[in-house]
This record gives sequence, structure tokens and C-alpha cells, in this order.
Amino acid sequence: MSFFLEPLQYEFMQRGMIAAILVGIVCAVVGTYVVLRGMAFFGDALAHTILPGIALGYLISGGTRESLFWWALGTAVIAALGIGALSKNSEIKEDTAIGIIFAGMFALGIALISTVRSYAVDLSHFLFGDVLSVSTQSLWLILIFGSLTLLIVFALYKEFLTLSFDPILAATLRLPVGLLNNLLLALIAVTVAVSLQTVGVALMVAMLVTPAATAYLLTRRLAQMMMLAAVFASLSGIIGLYLSYYLSIASGAAIVLTATFFFLLAFVWRRIRAG
Amino acid sequence: MYSHIHHQANQPILDVQHINVRYDGSAALEDINFHLHVGERVAVVGPNGAGKSTLFKVVSGVLPPNSGDVTIFGSRPRGHVCIAYIPQRSQVDWNFPVSVADVVMMGRSAKLGPLNWPHKGDWDVVHHALQTVELSDLATRQIGQLSGGQQQRMFIARALAQEAELMLMDEPLTGLDTPSQEGLLNLLDTLRGQKVTLMVATHDLDQAARHFDRIMLLNHRLIAFDEPQNVLQTDYLLQAYGGRLKIQSGGTMVVDDCCPPEEK
Repeated sequence: MSFFLEPLQYEFMQRGMIAAILVGIVCAVVGTYVVLRGMAFFGDALAHTILPGIALGYLISGGTRESLFWWALGTAVIAALGIGALSKNSEIKEDTAIGIIFAGMFALGIALISTVRSYAVDLSHFLFGDVLSVSTQSLWLILIFGSLTLLIVFALYKEFLTLSFDPILAATLRLPVGLLNNLLLALIAVTVAVSLQTVGVALMVAMLVTPAATAYLLTRRLAQMMMLAAVFASLSGIIGLYLSYYLSIASGAAIVLTATFFFLLAFVWRRIRAG
Repeated sequence: MYSHIHHQANQPILDVQHINVRYDGSAALEDINFHLHVGERVAVVGPNGAGKSTLFKVVSGVLPPNSGDVTIFGSRPRGHVCIAYIPQRSQVDWNFPVSVADVVMMGRSAKLGPLNWPHKGDWDVVHHALQTVELSDLATRQIGQLSGGQQQRMFIARALAQEAELMLMDEPLTGLDTPSQEGLLNLLDTLRGQKVTLMVATHDLDQAARHFDRIMLLNHRLIAFDEPQNVLQTDYLLQAYGGRLKIQSGGTMVVDDCCPPEEK
């Protein structure tokens, strides 16, 4: 018992645990659409694209975590809608366009941060997350924006489902297809901003994709897939933090490795059952 | 959001005037003109790449034409929710985590309006639609578990749940075995009583002649649009199919149209 309770006597561990669970749930639910619509590369690119925004906030405001959240949120929403608009009417292929923007913006972010002397430490926090430094105030931001995201996904369940399964049906039913598409991009952007401190820019795509993909292997209904993905993601957060505490490994990496382990288990289980 | 337009009953359900569509400079549809009255059943026939899918997308208001006008009961298609476009089965992600009833319920999205969840009345409509297409037993199955014919009937149920008055079906018979094809054609015959207007893209000239009031022969241009015996004439078919049409002794015509490339 003390094995489980000992880490929780530290307040930073409690906050980290709550953050990891909240972020896990939001990422898993939004990630369900990322997986079903084949947007993994977009999610990865979006996460990397916000680095210059964070860097700018870091240089201007001195880098309190709460102010960085707003910089991340603003950059993520602009980048998401920008990539969305560009990939729609571009002469080059969508993934090529995304690749160019994403690498260019990421390089700009690194260049900006490297102007500061202590940059290696700070950069690694942005890249790989630092869930144990989540403040109470950050926790509130995660809770508010995470709940808002979940609320919208819930309220527009049938719209997003119809649009994702059959865009032509959505258009013939005169659903506001363009608006819904952009809203979904914005929701992914908010999710990225909310998850920044937990897993960081470089591992973000794992939280968006891995728990949802695990659930996809185990169920054939959308609502169940969302719930199951949320369970896997929260469990990954909890187990990952214990691993991080006892084995002294980076928290973001521990969470992602746990999620990956769940995926492999589900994959093998499916294979065995299919026999 | 979700604007619905009232129908003017004295207008044709579909009126297409001088439609032109170009993809990357080349013409997909050239100066198409025709109109349909309520309850008509039309087979749309033509070689692969003739513009059948493009025509359906223009008619349903999903693809704006480069020039020309489409009107549904006298007004533009954009405001109408009475048009059902039933996709080719190859265009659908059959691994998508939805049940048969979920897909049919999607047809209710417009009638439900924003932020509303399905009521009992909507489920009644869905179950009645599933009954009509004889899929009630499979309502909770994941869609990938259906046979080709059942998948096609599920989409018809979705169009019924949508309360569609104009159904556009993109090659529903392709890839089905003969009993499934006959089952589907019989189902379409029973829809006659519900005043559903039907446009079906198909490759089978014989089925087109037996089950439809009129045949539309299309190859970028509208070559012929009339009752089957008037359309299935050698010179029209040669215009549509060119060298792919072989005329055998005894007057039997064979259209060499297998192994279709992806249509735009």
C-alpha cells in the first residue's frame, strides 16, 4: 500500500497525477477523431508548430508556466486553422505542405530559445514535458479548457460522427461542413495546448493517437472507443508517473511508454483472438 | 445552420440547365440539360469516367458547377435536405466504429437540428427504415460485418430515414452477385409506392432496360435520355462507348467495360 501512497505525499506528485489523468482523457477523446480521420501527421505537425509561439512567450514574459499556456493556445489555434486552410487550396500535396511548415516553424522555435543561455534545460521541458512542475493555477487552466473541449465534442457528437464517416452525406444534409472541420482543428489545437506540460511537443502525437488506436482494436462503436481510450490514457498517466517516480525516468516518456505497452498488449490480444 | 426550404409542388423535382464542370482544364460535364418529375426512375449509363459521379455531386449541391443551373422544386439544391447521395461501396471506410443503426440514424442529423440527440420518434423512423430494407436483425452489427448487398440496403435505409425524395445511387449493383442485385432491384421497385425519385448509375444495360422508366446515356455530354428502347440504339451506344462496343451477329451488343479505373 505504501508503494502507492508514498509518492502521493508530495503535492507536486498529486498535481502531476491529476494533470496526467485530465490530459489523458481529453487527448483520448479528441484523439479518437484524429485516428478515425487519419490526422496523426497533422497532430504531430501541429504540436511541433507551436514551439516558436512558446519560445516567444518565454522570451517576452520570462516564462511563467501559466503565461506560456496562453502563448501555446494562441499559436496552436492559429497554426491549426492556417494548416487547414493551406492544405485545402495548395498546389503541392497536403502532407508535403504540412511537413514544410512544421519543420520550418520547429526550427524557428529552437532558434529563438537558443538565444537564451540556459536554453538546454528549458527546451527539454518544452519538448518532453514536465508534468511534476504543474502549478495549481495550470491545473485549473487544464481543467477549464479540457472540460470545454469535451463539452463541445459531446454536444456535436452526431455532427462530428456524420462528417467523419461520410463528408458527402454531411454536405447533402447541409451541415455546416467547413465550420465543423475548422472547429475540430481548433479542438485539436486546444488539446495540444492543454497537454503541453504533461508530455511536451515531441511526444504529443502519442497521447493523441496511441490510446485511441488501442481502443480502436478492442471495440467497434464510437462512444465505447472514446470511453475505452480515456481509460487507457488515464491509466497510462497514473502508471507512467509511478514508473517515473520509482525508476527516475522522465515523466512524459514514462507515460507514453505505458500507453505504447497497452497498445502492444491489445494488438497481440487481437492477433491471438483472430488466431 | 440547417436551413430547410419548402417545396413548390408544381415544379419538377429536378431541373438541370446548361451544366458545365471542368477538372484541371478538361471537361467532365458539357452542357447537360434535363429534368425529372416526382417518382421517375432513371438509370444513368455510360463508360467509366463519363461523369456519372460528377453529375450526382452537382445535382446534390455538393459540387458547384463551373456554369449552369440546378434547381430542386424550383430552387437551388443548397437549402434542400431531401437529396440522398448513396456512395460507391469502395468509397466507404467499413472499419469505422459504427453499427448499422448508427449509420441509418446519421440520416436524421438534418431533421434533428443542432445539439439535439435522437428522440424515440427518430429511433422509430430508423427501425421502420431497417424493416423496409429487411435489415432489422442486423441493426446492432458493426457495418464491416455486412455483405455487399446488405451494405447497399443499409444506405437505402439511411436515405429513407433522411426522408429523401431524390435518391442518387452511385453504382449500387457493382460487385454484387446476381441474387443480391435482383434483391436490390426489387427493393427499389417497392420504393415506387413512396414517390421516391431515383437516379441510379449502372453498367448493366439489360438491368437498366428492365427496371427503369428512362435511361440516361452519358459520356461527358448527354447523348440520349429517353425510354429504354429508344436509347439502346446502336448509333447512340457507339457515341457513348466508341470502340469498346462490340456488335455480335444477331444484334447482341457487348460492352467491354470491365476493370474500371477510379472515377473522379
